[in-house]
Amino acid sequence: MRRGPSAFNIAAIVLGMGFLYLPIVLLVIYSFNESRLVTVWGGFSTRWYVSLFQNEQLLAAAWVTLRVAFVSATLATILGTLAALGLVRAGRFRGRTLFSSMTYAPLVMPEVILGLSLLLLFVSVGVARGFWTVMIAHTTLTLCYATVVVQARLVSFDEALEEAARDLGAPPWKAFALVTLPNIAPAVAAAWMLAFTLSLDDLVIASFTSGPGATTLPIRIYSAVRLGVSPEINAISTLLIGLVATGVIAVYLLNMRRRTAAP
Amino acid sequence: MSVTGAPRPRRPWKGLGRPRGQPSSEARAAYAPFLWLAVFFLVPFLLVAKLSLSDVVLAIPPYAPRLDWSQGLGGVIAFVRALDFDAYARMGQDGLYLAAYLSSLKFAAVATVILLLVGYPLAYGMARCRPSVRQALLMAVILPFWTSFLIRVYAWIAILKPAGLLNMALAQIGLPPVDILNTDTAVYIGLVYAYLPFMVLPLYAVLERQEAGLLEAAADLGCTPLQSFWRVTFPLSIPGVMAGALLCFIPMVGEFVIPDLLGGSGTLMLGKTIWTEFFSNRDWPVASAVAIVLLATLVIPILLFQRQQTKMMEQR
Repeated sequence: MRRGPSAFNIAAIVLGMGFLYLPIVLLVIYSFNESRLVTVWGGFSTRWYVSLFQNEQLLAAAWVTLRVAFVSATLATILGTLAALGLVRAGRFRGRTLFSSMTYAPLVMPEVILGLSLLLLFVSVGVARGFWTVMIAHTTLTLCYATVVVQARLVSFDEALEEAARDLGAPPWKAFALVTLPNIAPAVAAAWMLAFTLSLDDLVIASFTSGPGATTLPIRIYSAVRLGVSPEINAISTLLIGLVATGVIAVYLLNMRRRTAAP
Repeated sequence: MSVTGAPRPRRPWKGLGRPRGQPSSEARAAYAPFLWLAVFFLVPFLLVAKLSLSDVVLAIPPYAPRLDWSQGLGGVIAFVRALDFDAYARMGQDGLYLAAYLSSLKFAAVATVILLLVGYPLAYGMARCRPSVRQALLMAVILPFWTSFLIRVYAWIAILKPAGLLNMALAQIGLPPVDILNTDTAVYIGLVYAYLPFMVLPLYAVLERQEAGLLEAAADLGCTPLQSFWRVTFPLSIPGVMAGALLCFIPMVGEFVIPDLLGGSGTLMLGKTIWTEFFSNRDWPVASAVAIVLLATLVIPILLFQRQQTKMMEQR
């Protein structure tokens, strides 16, 4: 479609983007509100950020969340890359249909079901719920997202390059590490980031699979939200949004530069 | 993204170097994730199915029977005999579960239609911009998808609550206040807001690839812009419409956070039902039975979604 946008198109874009961003912008603005009341603007202040960093419970939860997200994202990216390799390159193998169903289903499966089923597994095996059970649950969910991201890149990569390396005598793992991996690296990095943020965000699955001592940040935020709107939640939300937005925009700009640098 | 149309040629020589019947190294690479998903995705589902046939007891964990391996085969037989459909019977007798089931489907279906009506013009407008603008707009749609779901839903509470920002704005222009928070309207707003990126991205992906020449040809043949939209653009975008609708509908049926935070006590949705049965009522068998019914309903849409995903991956 090379004709320019019409007035109707522009209106649709402006309204759509306004709808997507207005609530977030308001939330960020009111995190700097001096007043405790949401609707009263009491002047600019960073006092809620200060009180955030004195809230030990919240800091502890944030630390748990970051650790879970880091470990599960790393594991999910490794497993997801392997899964993508199997799906794209292995051709037909026994159990392929089951395998691809299992990688796509969690993408749309209601989280309540995923959380409940994993909890039942942990209960019937008899492990205490905590850090590791949340980590396993998040890896299971995010590994599917990682697979899709890496798979999308892998299908457009010419396999013949790696075959050439093998024909020249490189063992399979070496041919993969030296030829394919550098080529799919942006997708692998994107997969890790997606897995990391999904784990950072998740409330439902973590609520089912975590135990005492492993309360994650979304669980804390959720219990605070149930008690009503407060400027502290706005402040921590703003920090989280800022963190994620910086990461996503940085990756985007890096990719843009790479694209324009390449002939 | 370029579409060459023709599928990549198969490689007839692939796998010739290795002995017959032995899996390729790529197939072996998939063993680890395969095993992981079998243990942490497939087995847990069987456990949910099993638990839906169990009974509630006052114990930890709060269900019976439990499989006693030390009894050997006798234990297994006793275990199987103790399974029953009581949880399903209880679910069937209480009209509340049926009401929650129907209302979940209604919420998801209506929200999907609204999402299409909101998302299509947005995706269409984006696809008609210059490539550089398009990239920036795409980024702007993806960004909320990365930011926390919980936080984005929370943002609406401050807007919709009785003394919230919406009513403040209405008062400014002299309109009477509205009471939206904790109603079904708030749930619809939340669903449409939270799932909009999931609808726009697949729609945009198909619309962006459409050739401008098609519309020119339609115009040359005497179509008005509206006619060429309905006869050319829209039919060609059906795969995107399907993908977007499935991507939104399926998880929305089991949504928990939005009805819980924005809906009222009268808002019935299955995700909330499962959560309450599990955490508040500690009725694990009924929670599992509800989950099984929900899953059985979603099996066909999920299979459709998988077929679509596989097709899309193979078409590139």
